Amino acid sequence: MALLELKNVTKHYNGIAPALDDVSFSVNEGEFVSIIGSSGSGKTTLLRCINRMVEATSGEIAFGGIVVSRLGKMELRQVRTKIGMIFQQFNLVDRMSVIENVLHGRLGHKSTLAGVLGIYTREERWQALRIIQMLGLDQQVYQRCDQLSGGQKQRVGIARALVQNPKLILCDEPIASLDPSSAKTIMDHLRSICTELGVTLIISLHQVDVALKYTDRIIGLNRGIVVFDGPPGELTSQRSAEIYAKEPKDVNIDLGERNAS
Amino acid sequence: MQADVFIRRRNNAVVFFAILVVLTAGSIVITQYDLQKGFTSFIKAFIWGASNFYPDAGSLRKLPDILVKLWETVLMSIAATTVAAIFSMFLAVFGSRTTRIHVSFTVIARGIGSFFRNMPLVAWAMILMLAFSQSSLTGFLALFLGSLGFLTRAFMETIDEVGENAVEALTSTGAAYFPVIFQAVLPASMPQIVSWLLFMVETNIRDATLVGLLTGTGIGFLFDVYYKSFDYHVASLVVIVIVIAVLIVETVSNGVRRVIL
Amino acid sequence: MIEIKGIGTEQFSSPNLNTAKPLDRAALAIRLTLLVLAVTTIYALLTINANGIDMPKAILDTLSTLRTIFFQPYSYHFTVWQGFWEIVITLGLAFLTTLFGGVIALFLGLMAAQNLAPKWLTNVIKSVVAFIRAVPSILWVLIFAVAAGLGSTAAVIGLTFHSVAYLTKAYSESFEDLDRSVIEALMATGANWWQVVFQAVIPSSATYLLSWTFLRFEINFSNAVAMGAAAGAAGIGFDLFMASEFYFNLHEVGLVTYFILAFAIILEVLATNMKSRLMKQA
Ligand SMILES: Nc1ncnc2c1ncn2[C@@H]1O[C@H](COP(=O)(O)OP(=O)(O)O)[C@@H](O)[C@H]1O
Ligand SMILES: [Mg+2]
Repeated sequence: MALLELKNVTKHYNGIAPALDDVSFSVNEGEFVSIIGSSGSGKTTLLRCINRMVEATSGEIAFGGIVVSRLGKMELRQVRTKIGMIFQQFNLVDRMSVIENVLHGRLGHKSTLAGVLGIYTREERWQALRIIQMLGLDQQVYQRCDQLSGGQKQRVGIARALVQNPKLILCDEPIASLDPSSAKTIMDHLRSICTELGVTLIISLHQVDVALKYTDRIIGLNRGIVVFDGPPGELTSQRSAEIYAKEPKDVNIDLGERNAS
Repeated sequence: MQADVFIRRRNNAVVFFAILVVLTAGSIVITQYDLQKGFTSFIKAFIWGASNFYPDAGSLRKLPDILVKLWETVLMSIAATTVAAIFSMFLAVFGSRTTRIHVSFTVIARGIGSFFRNMPLVAWAMILMLAFSQSSLTGFLALFLGSLGFLTRAFMETIDEVGENAVEALTSTGAAYFPVIFQAVLPASMPQIVSWLLFMVETNIRDATLVGLLTGTGIGFLFDVYYKSFDYHVASLVVIVIVIAVLIVETVSNGVRRVIL
Repeated sequence: MIEIKGIGTEQFSSPNLNTAKPLDRAALAIRLTLLVLAVTTIYALLTINANGIDMPKAILDTLSTLRTIFFQPYSYHFTVWQGFWEIVITLGLAFLTTLFGGVIALFLGLMAAQNLAPKWLTNVIKSVVAFIRAVPSILWVLIFAVAAGLGSTAAVIGLTFHSVAYLTKAYSESFEDLDRSVIEALMATGANWWQVVFQAVIPSSATYLLSWTFLRFEINFSNAVAMGAAAGAAGIGFDLFMASEFYFNLHEVGLVTYFILAFAIILEVLATNMKSRLMKQA
């Protein structure tokens, strides 16, 4: 059964061209899906529409059989607790320690007062520590996040998402601000989260090779339109050129050059 | 550092609030502030204000008089600021650690700044009253002396911050002291200095009311006259006129700041 | 030649040898501001109403007054300990008004921050607060004094009012400096507004909030002195008023002034130290 289902999702900001144009696809439980496309093609918008950080203009998004688009505030928060999110700029509270940032993932499960005062149960803290350990951050548990390297910060971001016990994790270009070796560590962790913990992941990337190497399925976006949806094996260089084409005719020029050489 | 961050945070919070509670209770006892009376009179003041403290048709006849006094007050505030700024500029240039000739200048400039900044405006008003009696000069001089302290410190900090790079760049080319000051330090700090000047004008217009009340000059005196004779309609008109003047100056300053900073 | 609207064609002509760089908008605004201030000042000084005061004499008189005040301080009507106690009362007033103001401003500041509250609400609060700030604090005290009577209660309410306005502006601007993305990250986990505020917004801006609050405490100390003199509030300001307006005793004015100066400077040093320590920690 599909965990996530998008039907004819369209998003208009103010401009004339839509940021998302009639996007439909579904994602099964346990899949690791990457979304690729050039900058401005709508990757961020797509991910944010799923947990309604951005409101889609039209279309329907269902998560676990619940139509997200029609939920009230309280129910939406309920759904969000089951969807983790990881960001390019990590988005941590820099002045707080690693463990506190990780535990922020539990806020949605707590009463307002307990959350406001930062009171967490023994189980929550134990779980947070276990996840931190799993991601290899045991030396940094009590360090402030502004003292960490980029790769370490992103692992805190992953831990914050994992401590939610999410069914789905949305990753918006998680390795775009990292050096190659940290990027590899992060991708390896994400892969094993999918394989070993059975969490579904949707990740936006701008490196096609990373998408090919790590993910089960690739969705290509070009100016808000899904132009490719299939396993890595089907992504030929021509299909890839289509995804990154500025104008439809660019594809031909690209191919022409390739043929000439 | 390695201690449990949650226990440390809780202890800090407990100590912080305990100190706050003790100081509050102490202050309430010492000042004989009546919490209940404070609250009820707050509400009473609002009811009273809504039913008495507004300008009526009759009070509008006093508007020309009020505007004359307001004009006087605004002029006085600007003049006090500008004249003080000239003196402060000298003190700041000689006192700033990037442009001083000798460390002792910093000590002297800081001392002068600190003295005039912390000397209560009320004391100046009363001292000056003795010789200058109820003339605009009293108000002008009181504001001038207060501004002198504030601006000296503000200018000095600005030059400390901004001047460093400018001085280094020019001194390394072998430029002499005064060229460095006039070609590098002053131009570099000018936007910030103008911003402080505008801030001081705003502050002085408000403070002029207090000084006027104490020395019987300007718009403060006018308020006092009507307030003491229970003519609250005119008194409220004075307040409204001051508010409009301050808001206009604030808006203009913010506009200028947006352009220059 | 291509005509571009808003750009003078002289920019395309051959370079001239005039090294003065063309005035940009900022430089022009600075010169204009300085010019307006200078002209206004000259006009003000020429037209100031001196009421036939003999300037040299007045200046000499003031200098001799200052000599009496600063070189012969003495007390007739109170002991040093009483003076000390009066200062403590003034500090108490400053503390209460800063605390009340800070607590109220914390909530208003959250509602006035553009990244935390709807636009209409921030606009309403920012306008109200701008209005309150524009009224001089002494006038707030006198207005409240009509209902509460002249004295400490009116002073506390009036000064609290002004502190709320000042701190709301300062706090909300500190909150606005916080990156929106951090707030969104917590919202995305399903945290609610209050949790985000207390777990991300306030911890991130705590140092700024504290240094603004210290600054306001300093301001409230001098305000409390002024209210003692101008609105009959208890504390050292009242003694200053009595010494100069009632007893006409310059020696006593001197002693009181020394008291106030000493404490104000101590506060300044404390605030500066605390600020630099907080900033280092940040
Ligand atoms: N908040 C916004 N307001 C207006 N337009 C936006 C906003 N966010 C994104 N867009 C526009 O929507 C399009 C898709 O942007 P985005 O989803 O950020 O693409 P990507 O993440 O693939 O770079 C772009 O043309 C961008 O300019
Ligand atoms: Mg993006």
